[in-house]
Amino acid sequence: MTPVTDIKAQMDVLPGLDPRAPLLHVDDLRVEFRTRDGVAKAVNGATFYLNAGETLAILGESGCGKSVTAQAVMGILDSPPGHVTGGRVLYRGVDLLKLGEKDRRKVRANRIAMIFQDALSALNPVYTVGFQLAELFRKHRGMSRASSKLRSIELLDQVRIPAAKDRINDYPHQFSGGMRQRVMIAMALALDPEVLIADEPTTALDVTVQAQIMGLLAELQHQRNMGLILITHDMGVVADVADRISVMYAGKIVEEAPVYDIYARPAHPYTKALLESIPRLDHKGRQLNVIRGLPPSLTDIPSGCSFHPRCGYAREICRGDQPPPSYQIAPHRIASCHFIREVLGV
Amino acid sequence: MSDTSILAAEVPAVGRPRSLAGDAWHDLRRSKVFWVALVLIVVILLMAAWPSLFTSADPRECVLSRQHKPAGGSAIFGYDFQGCDVYAKTVYGARYSIIVGVFATLIAGLIGAAFGLSAGFFGGWIDAVLSRFVDVMLGIPLLLGAIVLAKRLSSDPASNGVFAVTVTLGLLGWTTAARVMRSSVIAAKNQDYVAAARMLGAGNSRLLFRHILPNSMASFIVVLTILLGINIASEATLSFLGIGLKGDAISWGIAISEATGYVRVAAGPLIWPSLFLAATVLAFIMLGDAVRDAFDPKLR
Amino acid sequence: MFRYIVRRLLQMVLTFFGATFIVYALMFAVQDDPIQALVGERPITESQRAALTERYHLDDNFFAQYWYYMKGLLTGDFGTSMTNRKVSSMLADAWPVTMRLALLAIVIAATIAILAGVVSGIRRGSIFDNATLVITLIVLAMPIVVLAPLAQLVFGIKLGWFPATAGKNATLWQLLLPAGVLASLVVATELRVTRASVAENLRADYVRTARAKGLTGARVIGVHVLRNSLIPVITLIGVDLGALMSGAIVTEKVFNIPGVGFNLFRGIRTEDGPLVVGFVSVLVIVFLVVNLVVDLLYAALDPRIRYE
Ligand SMILES: Nc1ncnc2c1ncn2[C@@H]1O[C@H](COP(=O)(O)OP(=O)(O)O)[C@@H](O)[C@H]1O
Ligand code: SF4
Ligand SMILES: [Mg+2]
Repeated sequence: MTPVTDIKAQMDVLPGLDPRAPLLHVDDLRVEFRTRDGVAKAVNGATFYLNAGETLAILGESGCGKSVTAQAVMGILDSPPGHVTGGRVLYRGVDLLKLGEKDRRKVRANRIAMIFQDALSALNPVYTVGFQLAELFRKHRGMSRASSKLRSIELLDQVRIPAAKDRINDYPHQFSGGMRQRVMIAMALALDPEVLIADEPTTALDVTVQAQIMGLLAELQHQRNMGLILITHDMGVVADVADRISVMYAGKIVEEAPVYDIYARPAHPYTKALLESIPRLDHKGRQLNVIRGLPPSLTDIPSGCSFHPRCGYAREICRGDQPPPSYQIAPHRIASCHFIREVLGV
Repeated sequence: MSDTSILAAEVPAVGRPRSLAGDAWHDLRRSKVFWVALVLIVVILLMAAWPSLFTSADPRECVLSRQHKPAGGSAIFGYDFQGCDVYAKTVYGARYSIIVGVFATLIAGLIGAAFGLSAGFFGGWIDAVLSRFVDVMLGIPLLLGAIVLAKRLSSDPASNGVFAVTVTLGLLGWTTAARVMRSSVIAAKNQDYVAAARMLGAGNSRLLFRHILPNSMASFIVVLTILLGINIASEATLSFLGIGLKGDAISWGIAISEATGYVRVAAGPLIWPSLFLAATVLAFIMLGDAVRDAFDPKLR
Repeated sequence: MFRYIVRRLLQMVLTFFGATFIVYALMFAVQDDPIQALVGERPITESQRAALTERYHLDDNFFAQYWYYMKGLLTGDFGTSMTNRKVSSMLADAWPVTMRLALLAIVIAATIAILAGVVSGIRRGSIFDNATLVITLIVLAMPIVVLAPLAQLVFGIKLGWFPATAGKNATLWQLLLPAGVLASLVVATELRVTRASVAENLRADYVRTARAKGLTGARVIGVHVLRNSLIPVITLIGVDLGALMSGAIVTEKVFNIPGVGFNLFRGIRTEDGPLVVGFVSVLVIVFLVVNLVVDLLYAALDPRIRYE
């Protein structure tokens, strides 16, 4: 396991790669889906960054564009109907959106890898997990069947699948939910990527298993000094593992801050509403504060601040004028709202 | 804060969904396949009902001296080996095709509906027994079963075989209809509004005829439309083999069978009934296809 | 897997007895004069009548008759034709050419269906896809009695591209046109199922994973999508065999191929009841066995069933 040489070996392959540039910087990303029923603007200028060894949580209601953002970064959007209509995805200074398909393919799994929510459907049902793991070594590293099998067993060991040697010949449906997600993780880490995007990795799992998987992810990230993007709609999940949180609404990042600050003093009305909707032990018996109204239809996003139909702080200006996308509140803290002061209570 | 509450009341507009049938009709109207099929079917039905609209010649008036004579006068397709007017024979051939096709499909539809409805609605052991019986029927390839059954039904040498072929195809062709009816009844049964109607105390027959049947009709009719095309093709095949229509019945299948022996001399008597038969079958299958696409736009 | 096989075998046994029973009942039950039904309109001597009565145990009750019939089928005794030949030896003569014809047809159909179906499934809505849909619709609607004679007329006689008839010892080349005609009976359905299945699998999550793994498009389709998409297509081959058998009767007659279908056609035309009963029974059995094999193959191809 020598990730450094792997990266070196490929450095000259990717044109314009600068090892000192920030690990990942997504800038004003825009994605739309052109379907029979109209154009759905799923991502509308999302901006965020990620450093090595850091965990960034992207948080938002389901349907707000989290998965689409991740797919656009990976370059695996369903296209058609999906199209990236603007923005940049900078990996170590290279704009991935400008790369040709061949170079783009080399980035996937080698440098940026992804795991999905539902491991059962994300694994191919008709091939053994061994085949699906070994495929990575054979196609990307040109390894032989025998040695790629050995590496696959090693990997399954690392994600702590018991009796990895035997289980390598099993099919995905023969694993339990948690074990399957471990297989997914092993697959994503096979080629020592620098960035791991985990799209709701624990949503489909039982609570106890959730904790184990999150623990495993955190541990592996620490070992490898990877950048981890943790996508979730569940505020409870991220508190312990994330360093920073980006809150997404209607395809935009509306607030970004270190995890402590978000919980202590949210700056955006949407973040605040999300926090208030978490069930808390000390408030037992009291009615839960649920965010009123529905998430916006992506084919018809509200004018001005897209949160205004549901916002308790909204005034006339919110209807007409978009708030500045990144209002700097403090170092490392930005939010996009006309009334940050009121929300923060200053 | 008063204006915020006004803003909060604005729930984003959700497009009003059109009804499934309305949507389907909207799609159908724009489907070329649908219109082509419809025009073809109307022409064929006219031909079956009033063949004299299309030709004044008598298809049974055959003169051996005209054997294989080329087209001339009203006999625009020429004459066959018996000296019959090929055009007139082809036009008159539509009638039995349609009669056999329609009635065989009706029989199959009734049996299929009865089987599918009972299996889907009652479930349990009734479903198990009926489904096994369908499995058994599927174990007999249609034409092989038809060969035996049609032969059995038409033991009277004087009959023209119409009854035998119709009943044969009806008795053997209902399995797909039954399966489709069964699964759509099961689907309809599990819908909320049916459960609600049941809770409100609707009886079995009311549930069946007011709630479940109307919702199962679309796919059932599609299957029957396609089956109609298949039955017309099967009638021609059985007649070709000599166990379908016979005697003085005029049938495209018989005409094709007779003409195959003389193709090297005259191709017309083979080509024209073939084209009419193919167009008829195509029309019904196209209609079924178009309607299904309209109701089930998933795969476009 | 074991439970699946046992269930399938039980089902097969039930279908086997049910289907043969129906065929037999259709043939002999409540017939005023079963012997006349067997021999058709031809005159028949008293000794022939006695022989047939004994042969089919027509003096016994119906279930006993069926029992003897089944015993015959299971021991390879399919009866004797009116021309005094053993049905089993006629079958032995006729099988080889029919087998070659059917295999050739299956290969042609599967090749076209899979190639065109995959392309259509990937490029849904393209010109190729729409053209394919129209063509399959037309092919689907072509009755075999139209296709076989017309193909012979156009490609065999008028254009002369292929031999217009094939004989007993037909070469592969001579069988090509009739096999193509037979293939067209099943190619349209196979193609449509391939297309639908590819289109569905392309949207599956595991395809996204395969792309996220940085695999080439060719590998994603050729290895990941194809394997999943072909499972339903393979199960079709069993059902298709029924269509091929029916089609072979007409096709072999038109192209003059002395196979099983040709014999059956002659049996029908000469009202040779014993021959027809024997041949139809054997074909039904073949159909059932092939379907059983296909079901087991299905289980072998889909690990979700194999390790049930
Ligand atoms: N394949 C697709 N085709 C059409 N629209 C899509 C597709 N994938 C996503 N979308 C649209 O993008 C929106 C955001 O989806 P997604 O990113 O999956 O949300 P989430 O934040 O829950 O992950 C969806 O509401 C949907 O309208
Ligand atoms: S800009 Fe206005 S509507 Fe948007 S979050 Fe801030 S206060 Fe609410
Ligand atoms: Mg998602």
